[in-house]
Amino acid sequence: METKSVIGTQNKKGQVYTDARVMMNEAPRTDAFFTGSEVIKEAVRRASVDVMIAYPITPQSEAAALIGELFAEGYIGDYFRGESEFAVMGQCAGAAFGGARVFTTTAGPGTMRAMENFPMWAGARLPIQVIVTCRGLNSPLSIQPDTLEISYLIQTGMLVWHAETAQDFYDWILKGYMVSEEPDVHLPLALCCDGFFVTHTKDTVMLTPTDMCLPPYDPYRSPVPCMDMECPPVRMMRDPFVMKSNYISYATHASWQQEVWAAVERSRKHTIAWLDGLIETENGDADILLVASGTAVSQGREAIRLLEEDGIRVGLVKIKTIRPWPGEEIREATKNAKHIIVPEFNVTGWLAREIKASIPDTDRLVAAPHVFGGMTMPPEIIVSEIKNALGIRTEVLAGRG
Amino acid sequence: MTQYRVLPGPEHFLPPSAASMGIKLPNPGEGHIHGVIVPEEQAMEEAARQFLMARVPTIFPGPLVLWAWNEKAAKKATAVRHLYETIKECVAPQQKPMLIPMPDYRPKYPKINPEVEINPNHPNLTIWHNKIDCCMFVGVHCHQANLSLKIIRGGTNCFTIAMCAQAGHEDAMLSFRDATPEKIMRLAEWVRKLKGSVKPPEVVSKKEKSAG
Repeated sequence: METKSVIGTQNKKGQVYTDARVMMNEAPRTDAFFTGSEVIKEAVRRASVDVMIAYPITPQSEAAALIGELFAEGYIGDYFRGESEFAVMGQCAGAAFGGARVFTTTAGPGTMRAMENFPMWAGARLPIQVIVTCRGLNSPLSIQPDTLEISYLIQTGMLVWHAETAQDFYDWILKGYMVSEEPDVHLPLALCCDGFFVTHTKDTVMLTPTDMCLPPYDPYRSPVPCMDMECPPVRMMRDPFVMKSNYISYATHASWQQEVWAAVERSRKHTIAWLDGLIETENGDADILLVASGTAVSQGREAIRLLEEDGIRVGLVKIKTIRPWPGEEIREATKNAKHIIVPEFNVTGWLAREIKASIPDTDRLVAAPHVFGGMTMPPEIIVSEIKNALGIRTEVLAGRG
Repeated sequence: MTQYRVLPGPEHFLPPSAASMGIKLPNPGEGHIHGVIVPEEQAMEEAARQFLMARVPTIFPGPLVLWAWNEKAAKKATAVRHLYETIKECVAPQQKPMLIPMPDYRPKYPKINPEVEINPNHPNLTIWHNKIDCCMFVGVHCHQANLSLKIIRGGTNCFTIAMCAQAGHEDAMLSFRDATPEKIMRLAEWVRKLKGSVKPPEVVSKKEKSAG
């Protein structure tokens, strides 16, 4: 089925397959007051998803269950529960190899358990979308927000986007398929958010019409053959490179990896068009810039408001995509900044490391504040870091985490 | 703006992907030559010129045009054959046009027969064996075409052209996008149009040949 040929026709639920640009940019929107999990459901309702595979792990379980309701209502071709996160991601690959548009969700230890599959998805050029509702990873167990798992995902060859709000989530689930299914991209997308903060809080979200849906996935535009059991990437373990020890097989595998990362690069053009840039700036000419992704951006906005009351002007750079990495955009946005503050919800400060690798004069960068293991990030601690950077003495916010 | 250019090799033990060096794909109606975006007609003219200048101009049709899996594929295959016949008609006697299929993408060991096929996992073998100095990929899945194009750029001095049905290929030295049977026929027209205006390669003596 060619995608263009079905535009204007109806699916079995009476939704009209609509040109994605019309649906996302021109169609009227109505407001709804939803949790992030409910927003995931509403986006998937309009995404013409063929297969969703679920496995419970907090904080994505609710979204996975809600999508089960969509299946019961007839909006999804197939829906089932896997045996584990590892199994789910393998089953997602099977469905995508067969030419289906696939959706799944995971979080924290589930992401780590499934990790082997993510570079496999990317190497096999499968445009699967996985929602990652980030939470703590290490023992002792935590189900609370923590973005450490993103630092693992960014090395897999997947596209990795980091949503700040439920509205981002809604729009990016739908736009994500449009980017990741482009034949020159054709990569899986890990659409991440900070668990609980986004999934379990309610927000006003502007929704596209229920009777419109994305055009279906067209597997014949894939850069690798669909369901070809004789050739890699479907045929993985017999004959191909893994079984051979010679220069040719190594060189082919190296070229294969390069091609995956080339596809990440190619996604830039499409992502910029769909997301209106890889970053967003406010008061970009300020001497002090707060550079963040996910809900650290929201906390940053409040910190900026508090600082304004003290007469301190701070700008904001919101990073939307981690892969593709907006290195040039960040370099340009921060070129005149005297202080760059990078707040993060994780212990290692992976975002600050990425930014440091992209900008000159890295002593301008303050990799703080960091909170993790479910701690909240009060705007006051961001204020405090900025004032410290300016040499202004502040009170310690003990016991406020 | 990148200074990198996609040029005939041998470039490197492991050359970078052109995309990682900042080369961008053309938009509809455009092509690229050496990574520089140009109007499609300019790319047509240059591709035709490269075919006419080459000692062994070769077309590598892939599975998407080798098998009549839909009407469009059959038409495209006819157009590819027409392009090949046109090149044969338009070149000098010392030039040797070839049409070598890439029937599938299976890694074949210990090696393929380079007389009869090209394989994306070691395309350089076919290029070397047949002394191909200009080639065009058509009907090859994009991922496999990029593998081949990059390996060819790494290890040979062959000028590579991609007639891509999707978004084009940065790893080729010249690329078209949105290939249709009509576009392939138009390239054949360009070859015919330039016939006689492009200096063919000089005849290689037996002595030179044996010197390699």
